[in-house]
Amino acid sequence: MGNLLEAHNVSKKFGNYTALNNVSIAVPQGSIFGLLGPNGAGKTTLIRVINQITMPDSGHVILDNEPLQNHHVRDIGYLPEERGLYKSMKVGEQALYLAQLKGLSKSEAKKRLKYWFERLEMGDWWNKKIQELSKGMAQKVQFIVTVLHEPKLLIFDEPFSGFDPINAILIKDEILRLRDEGATVIFSTHRMESVEELCDHIALIHKSNKILDGKLDDIKREFKTNTFEIGIRATNKKVLEQELADKFTVTPTSFKTLGNELKRNIKLAEHQSPNELLSFLTSRGEVSHFVELIPSANDIFIQAVKSN
Amino acid sequence: MNHLPLIIKREYLTKVKNKSFIIMTILSPIIMVALIAVVAYLTQLNKNTEKTIAILDESGMIASVFEDTETTKYLILDQLSLESAKKLTETQENYGLLYIGNFEEISDAHKNIKFYSEESPSINVISDLESKLEKQLTDLKLESQGVDIEKIRTSKVTVAIGQESYLGKKTSKIDSLVKLIFGGAAGYLLFMFIIIYGNMIMRSVIEEKTSRIIEIIISSVKPIQLMLGKIIGTSLAGITQFVIWVILGGILVTIISAIFGVDLLQASPSGQLLNEASNGSTNPDIVQSAMRAFYNLPLTNLVIAFLLFFIAGYLLYSSLYAAIGAAVDNETDTQQFLMPILMPLILAVYIGFFTVIENPHGTISTIFSFIPFTSPVVMLMRIPFGVPIWQQIVSLVLLIGTFMFTVWFAAKIYRVGILMYGKKPTYREILKWIKY
Repeated sequence: MGNLLEAHNVSKKFGNYTALNNVSIAVPQGSIFGLLGPNGAGKTTLIRVINQITMPDSGHVILDNEPLQNHHVRDIGYLPEERGLYKSMKVGEQALYLAQLKGLSKSEAKKRLKYWFERLEMGDWWNKKIQELSKGMAQKVQFIVTVLHEPKLLIFDEPFSGFDPINAILIKDEILRLRDEGATVIFSTHRMESVEELCDHIALIHKSNKILDGKLDDIKREFKTNTFEIGIRATNKKVLEQELADKFTVTPTSFKTLGNELKRNIKLAEHQSPNELLSFLTSRGEVSHFVELIPSANDIFIQAVKSN
Repeated sequence: MNHLPLIIKREYLTKVKNKSFIIMTILSPIIMVALIAVVAYLTQLNKNTEKTIAILDESGMIASVFEDTETTKYLILDQLSLESAKKLTETQENYGLLYIGNFEEISDAHKNIKFYSEESPSINVISDLESKLEKQLTDLKLESQGVDIEKIRTSKVTVAIGQESYLGKKTSKIDSLVKLIFGGAAGYLLFMFIIIYGNMIMRSVIEEKTSRIIEIIISSVKPIQLMLGKIIGTSLAGITQFVIWVILGGILVTIISAIFGVDLLQASPSGQLLNEASNGSTNPDIVQSAMRAFYNLPLTNLVIAFLLFFIAGYLLYSSLYAAIGAAVDNETDTQQFLMPILMPLILAVYIGFFTVIENPHGTISTIFSFIPFTSPVVMLMRIPFGVPIWQQIVSLVLLIGTFMFTVWFAAKIYRVGILMYGKKPTYREILKWIKY
């Protein structure tokens, strides 16, 4: 499958401040693409370029094999981080208005809204004003407005902020369902636990530059350090510790067990295999714990940002 | 994709359906008419109270000129000292006491005339008394020099100059007044319209920023479309409100005039001006000459110019209001940006009312009717007096050129400003936005 969206060498300056510096990303069709980065890295600017809100100084964006054009706003659903609704407008009228701005006919928009209102259990909200709704309720309306015109590309900027855990799960499931139905999702956040759960691809932007991108699994493989958490019951811990320190690189660990075993992190050198470590350990005592340390998205994020 | 009609419709409907808008639309003319009615009623009430003025004339030569009228009675006192006369008028609660002391020479008479009262008397009463006294004393003086008063009276001539242009159009003082009223009303209307509805546009932009819906909207439509939609929608709502005001006001004035018999139009300033202008005119039929003056106006020119200058002038200013709304986060921050907009507008109205009245085709009036930021108001005030078409066209072209520039400029600020939150921008920062 090809890429639904490609951004090529996009740069954007605001006065003397560089918001994006030659950033390229490729978002595969049908993926959930995590756009990560610390606050102020340039994520929102990139998203605004894709939404044609901001024009890039240089570089171009391809959507569905075409250079980005006006009519593409119908193919994109965007839930911005700074989001809200007209406070004194009724929910139904407002949703209809926003759907029509995305090119839906009034009758079609009405039909789809009815469906979504039922689906998310908000049947009697139609004539309520936004100011009468809670923040979480208003966000449900925003979510519906974002996806109503069934866009090929969905862009969510920090979608879960402001949702209570129950609604957050609801929205997460809806995002996954939309992906399964063929939508491609760009997901911008600095909350790594949701990245771990949802994203197959990520790009990391730091200080206006892209410093990392690819499949999440590949990146994890790249970032893993061949380190294992081990726990072993041995009669003479001191001798064993010395032996371990001679053969491998040993660091303290933090995992917890119920017993009184010797617990360490062992980092293998290039020529050493996990089996070598395991057979050494079994020869010295009873192994209670043996796990390869896989870096979390959070670890990768912190490490990548720090090393730059 | 053109979403402009959709945006205009939403802006219009939300404005028109807004509760405070509805209340203002209905209440404003009622309050205005009620105010005028109260003022008119009170003025009449004031006039109708009867007052008595006591007169103590020690010379015995003057008191005879004071004849009772509907509202003023004169009580001629005799054989009383000044002190007892004062006491008497005080106990009788008379309006006041006019004391005319004895005199040898008529030219010294004025030195011995005084008016005593509890509160200071109204200017009207005093000037009325003064004119009566002056007339009587002048007559006496003339008589003492052997002049026949009757002859002077019969030989008095009044003149009202009939004015006519070279082309044979008859005009009069009333003509100028009617022109002034039309020009002034048009200019002032534009001024009010800009201030009221410009502010409304600004608030509506700020509302979109504070409610954070702006980014959702502009991911679907171009900012300039949103801005124009807002300006047009709000203006249409404004026109609706104005039309309702005029109709409602007209109905109310008719009803109240019928019920209370108070002629509100006479009580209004323009009515009074008309009355004053007609004083001393040999033609007593004011209505007729006012009508003739009205038909003498360059009506086609007036209507077309009014529409063009009104629309262009309004759009010029309202786009700036929209830009201000986009640049700030809340209404309290707008003050420093509003000043430079309001200055030329107020200047235009002042120039209109001071220099155009004095000399509609003078240098200052002419210059300011070309400068785009003042031209809509000043030109609208000048046109009833007849402005050459080429001047109107040049001014309009300049205005439209500037208007296109400000819309472009405002759209630039708008596009960047609506996405800026937090601190209040400085002028320097706003200028930088243009390059983004």
